[in-house]
Amino acid sequence: MAYSDKVLDHYENPRNVGTLDKNDPNVGTGMVGAPACGDVMKLMIKVSDDGIIEDAKFKTYGCGSAIASSSLVTEWLKGKTIDQAYAIKNSAIAEELALPPVKIHCSVLAEDAIKAAVADIKAKQAAKEAA
Amino acid sequence: MSLNYFQLFDLPETFALALSTLETPYRRIQASAHPDRFVSATPTEQRQSMQLATLANEAFLTLKNPAKRAEYLLGLKGIDSLNDSNTSMPADFLMQQMEWREALEDASMAKDTASLEGLFDEMQAEGNRLTTVLTDLIDHKKDYPAASETTRKLVFIDKVCADIQQAIERLD
Repeated sequence: MAYSDKVLDHYENPRNVGTLDKNDPNVGTGMVGAPACGDVMKLMIKVSDDGIIEDAKFKTYGCGSAIASSSLVTEWLKGKTIDQAYAIKNSAIAEELALPPVKIHCSVLAEDAIKAAVADIKAKQAAKEAA
Repeated sequence: MSLNYFQLFDLPETFALALSTLETPYRRIQASAHPDRFVSATPTEQRQSMQLATLANEAFLTLKNPAKRAEYLLGLKGIDSLNDSNTSMPADFLMQQMEWREALEDASMAKDTASLEGLFDEMQAEGNRLTTVLTDLIDHKKDYPAASETTRKLVFIDKVCADIQQAIERLD
C-alpha cells in the first residue's frame, strides 16, 4: 500500500514530537490506543488561561498513518480554542492526509486523542475552580 | 454449511488449548488435502482440496496465537473485541504501554541488546499472565466483556513483542 506524499512528509519530518509537563495545571494529556493494530498515541496540549491552545506535543508508537495523523493535529491545534479543537473530526484528518479506508482508524485515534486531552484539561480547570 | 475453525479440527470451543491437540488434526487435514494426492483428480476436486488446505492454514494460524484465538472465539459469541472505534483503553494500561515503548526506543538507540532481551522477557511474561486470565474469563467465568478487554491488552503486548524482536534483529 502506498502512502500519500503528505503522510510521508509527516512521517519523515514529524512536527512537535515530545512531551509537556503533565503536572502543569494548564497542560492536558490524552492517551488512546488502537486495539486492532496495537498503536498507542499520547497527545499533550498547553492551554492559556483564556482557553487558547498555545502548544501541542505528541508521541505515537504505530504505523506511518498514525504518526502522520498525530503530527498533523498538533499543527492544527495551535492557536485554536479548546472548543474548536474538540470539534475536529477524523474525516478532516483522513481527507487532508488522503488516508486509504484501511487506515481511517488512525485518524479516529487522533480525534479521540484530542477529545481525551480536552477532557483532561477541562477536568483540571474544574478542579482548580473547585479548590 | 461451513465449519468454524474449532469444528474443522474437531476441538471443543474453549480458549484453553494445547498446541499438540491443534497440530494433530491440522497435519491430518494438510496431508489429506495435499496437491500431490489430487494430480489426476477433477478440477472441482482440486479446487475443493486447495480450499480445504487454505482454510486449515487460516484456522491453524488463528487458533495457535492466543490473542487471535480469543478474538475468534469471542467473535463466535457475537462480540467484536477489536472494533476500531474502541480506543479508550484503561489509562494505567496505556501509561504502561508508553513506558514500555519508551524503554524499547531508548534501548534501541543505545544498541543495548541485553536490555531489549530483558524487555522481551518481561513482555512474554505479561503475555502469559494475560493468557491465564483469559482462560479463566472465557472458559470458567464466561465474562465476555472482561475477556474482550483482556484480548485487546494482549494485542498491544504482542505488538510490543514483535517490535522488540525487530529491534533485536536489526542490532544482530
